[in-house]
Amino acid sequence: MFIACWIIVAVAGCKPDPSLDPQQDSGATISFEVPQGWPQPVYTFQNNALTQAGFQLGRKLFYDTRLSRDNTISCASCHQQFAAFSHLDHPLSHGINGLFGTRNAPGLFNEAWLPTFFWDGGVINIENQPINPIQNPVEMDETMPEVIAKVSADADYIKRFKAAFGDETVNSQRIFKALAQFMSTMISNNSRYDQYVRGTGSLSAQELNGLTLFRAKCASCHKEPLFTDYSFRNNGLVPDAALNDSGRARITRLPEDMRKFKVPSLRNVELTRPYAHDGRFNTLDAMLEHYRTGIYQSPTLDTALSNGIQMSDSEKQDIIAFLKTLTDTSFVKDPRFAEPK
Amino acid sequence: MKTSTRILSIISLATVVALSACHKKDDNNSTTPSGNGKVKLEFFNVVGGSNLNLNNEWYTNANGDSFTVSRFNYYISNVSLKSTDGSTYTEANSYHLVQQEDPTSTSFDMTSVPNGSYSSITFTIGVDSLHNVSGAQTGALDPANGMFWSWNTGYIMLKFEGKSPKSTQPDNMLMFHCGGFSGANSVVRTVTLNFPTAIQVNSSTPHVHLQADVLQMFSAPNKIDFSKLMIIHMPGTDAKNIADNYANMFTITYAGA
Repeated sequence: MFIACWIIVAVAGCKPDPSLDPQQDSGATISFEVPQGWPQPVYTFQNNALTQAGFQLGRKLFYDTRLSRDNTISCASCHQQFAAFSHLDHPLSHGINGLFGTRNAPGLFNEAWLPTFFWDGGVINIENQPINPIQNPVEMDETMPEVIAKVSADADYIKRFKAAFGDETVNSQRIFKALAQFMSTMISNNSRYDQYVRGTGSLSAQELNGLTLFRAKCASCHKEPLFTDYSFRNNGLVPDAALNDSGRARITRLPEDMRKFKVPSLRNVELTRPYAHDGRFNTLDAMLEHYRTGIYQSPTLDTALSNGIQMSDSEKQDIIAFLKTLTDTSFVKDPRFAEPK
Repeated sequence: MKTSTRILSIISLATVVALSACHKKDDNNSTTPSGNGKVKLEFFNVVGGSNLNLNNEWYTNANGDSFTVSRFNYYISNVSLKSTDGSTYTEANSYHLVQQEDPTSTSFDMTSVPNGSYSSITFTIGVDSLHNVSGAQTGALDPANGMFWSWNTGYIMLKFEGKSPKSTQPDNMLMFHCGGFSGANSVVRTVTLNFPTAIQVNSSTPHVHLQADVLQMFSAPNKIDFSKLMIIHMPGTDAKNIADNYANMFTITYAGA
């Protein structure tokens, strides 16, 4: 069946169409559509066909505090829809017992395009991502067998597992696949910038100037349309002696990866403060000022930043005005991604 | 869409199809149709001449270091049998976690084996590269088994824990978690062992005893000194050196009815 699926896809126009078997939970079909002009996603729901039932199960799990040891912390605790699924105003998030993590919770959107997960890219498949916050003692501090026990004791969950996967078995693989269906389906592509690109909306003169400046000064790393190239770079942050985070080097053990972190997407950046992998910048102004005057020289500093990014005060304000056009209000208010009633 | 792009996409998607055809759900490298026979594989973990006794006994490695063992787990996967006529039968969905502390895990049956005469067995110690990157998995590959690094994802192919007075770690701890599935330091190892005489699969089920000698893990080609190496927690040359040792730790001590 999968062979037929992929050949159909190839002829139809390079679009993955995993909704071959749309289970009609609420009567609405579900599909994953690549926005026009965007590259192909990395995650294609292989062996995890996207269905309404699977999506709704993943959504229920995402908002369920029972995934944590003391039933107080859910994914949504640190990934808030109104902040484009980042943790508003939290440089580092607090998990169970008020314990703090070591990195800033990123916004969650367009995840099907992410080749790696976390600021150091340690995880390469979205299905392997959720086990980390679940097991992390400073986040949810729970074990998978316990999660499975709690989920299995809930009759509504059993019904949903059967609808999504064909029988009532609850195991970690199904939990992670359901979460992957939910997270991967959340596409954010309806900001004012997107409407401008599609020709259905307009930007002000200042915002347009900001876009021109952005393309000249920022887009080598923050590439359109996803506003990241997913590479790992040292962007000249002064090392934090307390956190002492080696970034990508922690995964590759290579000296040349020291203090390199993944380029984050700038979509919805107006909503996802504070900024940088440790949330040290509270405003977009401070973030840009870092690039202008705050670059810390080190052997692994990205060569594009060796002289910082020069911009006048008015240029900086124009860039900030443009960055605000990346806010996708329809995404943060989308009831499909909101907490289930 | 342009023809050249379409052809390219068909080729690249055909590659995806080819790779996915090797996925665990489908039977893979078998060149013979499946049958009805069974072969029982039994794993015996030993230390030199005696059975491995967790926690209770002191052993001595090739370097003269004494040690006890508290945990000894490894993945056995992609098991296949070579027939005397040259064909190969490969077990479907072939992922097994052998754990010394769980007696039910040290033996399993290969099923659907075609009747015939088999001269050797081949298996992988560890989990192949593809299944390290295939997303969430279940059964023996479930991360709940404690053999999966969730960050810097990949399977722990072999886990040895114990104590030695030579270790400078707290509580004299020894902890060797051997993983890494790609590049020069991959610890994935494939082993082929000949049966002393060919086994016959027909209406009765032959037994094969596979013995793993823990002492081999620390002796050759790399002699391990516990005062120098006592912890392995990530892929690297230390894990690779231990893997080069444990690649030789299996022998067949019995194969027959």
